[in-house]
Amino acid sequence: MANNVLVLAEHFQGHVTDITFELLGKARELAPALGGSVGVALLGHDVGGLVSKLGAAAVVYAADRPELREFTPDAYAAVLGIAVAHASPRVVLLGSTSVGLDLLSLLSARVNLPCIDNCTAIKFQDGGLVATSQIYGGKLFAEVLLTQRTTLIAVAPGMFPAEAGRVSGKPQVVQIPHALVAPEPRTSFRRWIEPPPGDVDITKVPVLVSIGRGIKNAENVPQAQELADLLGGAVSGSRPVIDQGWLPKTRQVGKSGMTVKPKLYLALGVSGAPEHVEGMRGAELIVAINTDPQAPIFSVAHYGVVADVFDILPSLTEEIKARQDTSAA
Amino acid sequence: MDTLQPQVTPEKPGVIFPEIAQIPELFRTCIQCGVCSGSCPMGEVMDFSPRKAAKMIADGRFEEVVSSNTPWLCVACHTCQVRCPSQLLIPDGLFPALRSAVMAEGKPMEQDLQKALQNTYLYGNPMGQSPRKRAEWTKTAGVPVPIISQIKRPVEVLWIVECYPSYEPRNQEISGKLARILNALGVDFAILGHEERCLGDCEWLAGERGLFEMLIERNIEILGKYRFKEILITDPHAYRTLLNIYPKLGGTFRVKHYVQFLAERLGQLKPLLNKKPSAAVTYHDSCCLGRKTGHYDEPRALLQAIPGVKLVEMIQNRESALCCGGGASTIYLDRYIQDRAKDRLADRRVQQAAATDAGILAVACPYEPARFEDAVKITGNEEKLVVRDIIELLAESMELV
Amino acid sequence: MNIAVLAKQVPDLVEGVEIDAGGKAVDPTSIRYILSESDDHALEEALLLKERAQGRVEVFSLERGEVRDTLCTALAKGADRVVMVRTGLDTPPDNHTAAKMFASLLRGLAFDLVLTGVRAIDDLDGSLGGLLAGYLSLPYVGLIRKVEISSDGGTVVVEKEYPGGYAAELEVRLPAVLGIQAAEQPPRYVPVSRLRQVMKTGTVEEQLASPPPAEPVGVERLFKPEEGAGAAMLSGSPDEVARQIVNLLSERRLLR
Repeated sequence: MANNVLVLAEHFQGHVTDITFELLGKARELAPALGGSVGVALLGHDVGGLVSKLGAAAVVYAADRPELREFTPDAYAAVLGIAVAHASPRVVLLGSTSVGLDLLSLLSARVNLPCIDNCTAIKFQDGGLVATSQIYGGKLFAEVLLTQRTTLIAVAPGMFPAEAGRVSGKPQVVQIPHALVAPEPRTSFRRWIEPPPGDVDITKVPVLVSIGRGIKNAENVPQAQELADLLGGAVSGSRPVIDQGWLPKTRQVGKSGMTVKPKLYLALGVSGAPEHVEGMRGAELIVAINTDPQAPIFSVAHYGVVADVFDILPSLTEEIKARQDTSAA
Repeated sequence: MDTLQPQVTPEKPGVIFPEIAQIPELFRTCIQCGVCSGSCPMGEVMDFSPRKAAKMIADGRFEEVVSSNTPWLCVACHTCQVRCPSQLLIPDGLFPALRSAVMAEGKPMEQDLQKALQNTYLYGNPMGQSPRKRAEWTKTAGVPVPIISQIKRPVEVLWIVECYPSYEPRNQEISGKLARILNALGVDFAILGHEERCLGDCEWLAGERGLFEMLIERNIEILGKYRFKEILITDPHAYRTLLNIYPKLGGTFRVKHYVQFLAERLGQLKPLLNKKPSAAVTYHDSCCLGRKTGHYDEPRALLQAIPGVKLVEMIQNRESALCCGGGASTIYLDRYIQDRAKDRLADRRVQQAAATDAGILAVACPYEPARFEDAVKITGNEEKLVVRDIIELLAESMELV
Repeated sequence: MNIAVLAKQVPDLVEGVEIDAGGKAVDPTSIRYILSESDDHALEEALLLKERAQGRVEVFSLERGEVRDTLCTALAKGADRVVMVRTGLDTPPDNHTAAKMFASLLRGLAFDLVLTGVRAIDDLDGSLGGLLAGYLSLPYVGLIRKVEISSDGGTVVVEKEYPGGYAAELEVRLPAVLGIQAAEQPPRYVPVSRLRQVMKTGTVEEQLASPPPAEPVGVERLFKPEEGAGAAMLSGSPDEVARQIVNLLSERRLLR
């Protein structure tokens, strides 16, 4: 009877990444209620040392082979498909990540199982499982009732607490039978491309003044810089700002940029699309300024102001200067 | 002078939207005197100055000019065009043709400008805001602002608010104040609201002929649905385009810029002006109201009507006024221009204002408040200067705020 | 080098999306459709590859909203053939259904590459590209920002985005499906005069696809996040708001 929860473990440069623990924590909550147990699929090469980190699971389905050292969708999908068949899960949890996203759709079609993306919550309701997904850039949420079949769910990073999944232990290890039929993989990994050395490492800065499309054009970046300088921080931005060339890629916060946890995150004209929020929701204090009262950023911010950034920014800069002058005096 | 007459510079006869291949013929009378290059505020930065570009095009060297930085540096200040002894259409003809050629070749464009054009195509405004929100500003105007499709009757004055005054927050405030002034004067007016679309000045000068034609067709159709005696416009770029270009393509209307409209009602306005301004005022002649359409006296008359005002002139004023650097869609090319120019025109202009006794830089164009307020900060003149639209100064003096 | 691009029309967020009376779907009358942003990038990448490899680009889109505009724009940009796919469905299909229809349409056709955007804003059940690859048993890689065709035309080398500015370089044997995140240059501009000309003279072909038996995603309800839920909203004049914010910073010793 399919009542287990299977999590796909992700690892990078020898470490299990946070998304794995977030999913394991959720799995630990769901599995008992389903009457099943938690399994985790660990694919890679020379990854035996990571097993002890995955104590939140009862079983580790492992595939440790040279061709799996780095993620390639084809090979991983084939192996994961076998693991799913063995684990008889009710749900398979993957991260909505560079790895999970490719696998979600590829596997769903190959093994003919339903899938859901952008998931922000999973709960029991009226005897069934309901997954909540964020769509339309975070402007709408959809609640989906899962069918009785095994469902693949991609969860947005940062939705569930990682602490709940960080449990050491000695799960049982089961080797996934060799799956690859094709003698040569159709997709092969060649090399990693490292990010160019940046001027500022925004993950290490205590204050981030982060700009979005709401700042209108590159001419206005210096105002944000001035504020950042006053607060001893740096300017960062959402993806559209980087795409427009107003800031270098090293300043990007979000899905294919950096994940930051500063003491203060000032979101100026940032709408708060999930891909961005994923990179900054862990900040200690989030203050958002946006003209749109329905901007998704207000759901994750601690404090918000519905206003034009350029109405507030000058006053804010003045007030900070004044306050810092009096304290220095 | 007892009557105020605009020294209207009649639009030069010429071809609307020339193709680059037509330029050699159109510029046959260019005597290569160099007045254009000498007058051009961006001349030093251009790969090929206007004079040189004209000569190269006449010689058939299209590609070199089209691939240079020249096409995108003209801010359409018209200093060259008013001085050209052969009355050639430089910002109105040569530059749109060059830009059109760049686009036709599929060369990559500055993303800010591309986005502005795409937004105008989809939403009728370069900001990319929904047309349904075009009249949102009226909710905080403080007085009723009738929308002509709702009141369903002819009006004396159709006020075309245009894109920046409708959507840009700093300008939305100014629009609200003008609504209050019109209300205080008892003017029978209405706006188009969500039916209004960009009149197309930027698009035409950016070389986007097809987009301009699309806008003009639609605007003439919309305006044809309603009955009104005259059109009031706040944006000088749109004013000039509606006044001088639309008639050539089938849309002739009686149109006035607000400085003209209010100056005509000075007798009624003056008794309502009570408060003295907080500082001496200097007025910036914007290119579209100044060199292109000759309205130098009306804005000054309005300012002079404010009790206790002291009006001073900047070193470059009236016909010689210095452009803020945003015309002809270059408001979307700030980054491109900034990477190439050694200083910004807006900064230079603000320094000129700061060199006078004035504490208030008065403007009458929706581009100016944001550009000059930025420049005031960048040049460190925050203690010295504020930027106010004439509408704001009138409304303050009338104590309507 | 034959490249197929799958383009999806999605609701334009500028015009806003409203939930219909039933509460389970978006109100179609409130929507204006535009091309999905990452599909625009997929088209741009396809056109760049066509220019480099003397290839051919065909664009397919399910009938939805102003799809003719989108397809004519693709023609104006340089696509060789554009096809509007009629489905006969009342409501837009989910990605599984769409992928099955495209799979039957494309199966047996000699495409070396199928490019599509890695995600669209209304995706709920996975991404079209990955699903299509699964149904066609083709390799798939998503989140692509660069594609290079090998000299023998048998493989492509792609760059796949990872967080923190990292990217993986992968080699993929053709035929393959790629999920594009961003093209190597921003999608090109089409002058309106050219677009209008293409709308008059260009050909948008039509093809019929028969939808597979429906297994729709069981959306129970759609809802909007509560306005500002989560954030304590500050109000007042800019100076008042500034003071409130600075008080917060001061409390947390964030001022220097």
